[in-house]
Amino acid sequence: MIVGDRKPLEEIIGFIEDARNVLVAGCGTCVAVCMAGGEKEVQMLAQELRMASRLRSMEIEVSEATAQRQCDKEYLETIKNAVAGKDLVISMACGIGVQHMAERFAPVRVVPGINTDFLGVNWDIGEWKEYCQNCGDCVLARTGGICPVTRCSKSLLNGPCGGSANGKCEVNPDTDCAWQLIYDRMKALGRLDKLAEVEPVKSWKKSRDGGPRRLSRNDMKPAEDKA
Amino acid sequence: MNDVKTDDYEPKVIAFACEFCSYTAADLAGSMRLRYPANVRIIKVPCTGRTDAIMLLKAFEAGADAVFVSGCQPGDCHFLKGNYRAKAMVPGVKKMLEEIGLHPDRVEFFHVAASEAQKWVEVVTQMNDRARRLGPNPLRTGGKPEYGPAAQKKEQEQSDKQGAAAGA
Repeated sequence: MIVGDRKPLEEIIGFIEDARNVLVAGCGTCVAVCMAGGEKEVQMLAQELRMASRLRSMEIEVSEATAQRQCDKEYLETIKNAVAGKDLVISMACGIGVQHMAERFAPVRVVPGINTDFLGVNWDIGEWKEYCQNCGDCVLARTGGICPVTRCSKSLLNGPCGGSANGKCEVNPDTDCAWQLIYDRMKALGRLDKLAEVEPVKSWKKSRDGGPRRLSRNDMKPAEDKA
Repeated sequence: MNDVKTDDYEPKVIAFACEFCSYTAADLAGSMRLRYPANVRIIKVPCTGRTDAIMLLKAFEAGADAVFVSGCQPGDCHFLKGNYRAKAMVPGVKKMLEEIGLHPDRVEFFHVAASEAQKWVEVVTQMNDRARRLGPNPLRTGGKPEYGPAAQKKEQEQSDKQGAAAGA
């Protein structure tokens, strides 16, 4: 899932400027699961804003709405009435949701309420780790299901660097060395020999280097739209 | 609620009390004829794990001067971990209060078992004293931020103004 965390209240208050009618808009998918921007966090931010604005003599009206997913236009329609008449929308979705809201509801000003951090797992209560970097050409099949692109600080694809010590990374000693993890996993799987195979150079064409990416699937489009 | 004069200030303290322990302790304090500040309003909850940051914030918005959550002793929760959840939540609320501009001492978590009537009295007295020391919640007096970055900013602005006036 996409992992995010709430921006400091003071920063969000700074976005309000002269807006009077403010909507705090949540997203019920990834950011709800990582407890950054779901319905409950919307209630919390709205409550904080109501209290903080009173102490700062700001005259604002704060309302709340949550779409199941801000990255799907069908779901944005479910909150269009809540957006109507607002001067400002504080979107608590990831960066995708914020942009999608801004596009759909222009000219209403849309600002982010959270920082979008990474794609990761919730590995313990209140703990998240980055697991994927959207490189567009997955190598997990040959690395025992551990991503070297993401989990190696240097994204090395052919074994650890010289800074790997006691299974930890030299960049951050709290981080496990991804190549140590890969080695241990492959050993457990009895597939160590696979690591010795020479692999062709990874293609980065499908990664970010070629600018923003797009995916187009004709098989999903109704025939009449294709004509 | 909105025009409170500071000189006849009587704190409003809200207690979220677990029905299995702290609420029973309050009951016992009554049976034992113990005296404690009468300005505490007790809200009985089925477990402190049921309380939520929003509930505490709403209490402050409605004009509470201090709010506390009182749950079972460690290991005694009827729902195993409800008291731990509430205890973990309260520091988060303190941080939120700071950001909003209220003093974080206005909220606290305590463990008070059903048999600890005397401790209940101490806890209520402590929160009442804190509320008295901190003064009324600025949200009900129409005041300004009293704590945190917003209050510091205000102070800085004022001293800058004074400095500029002295310079001129």
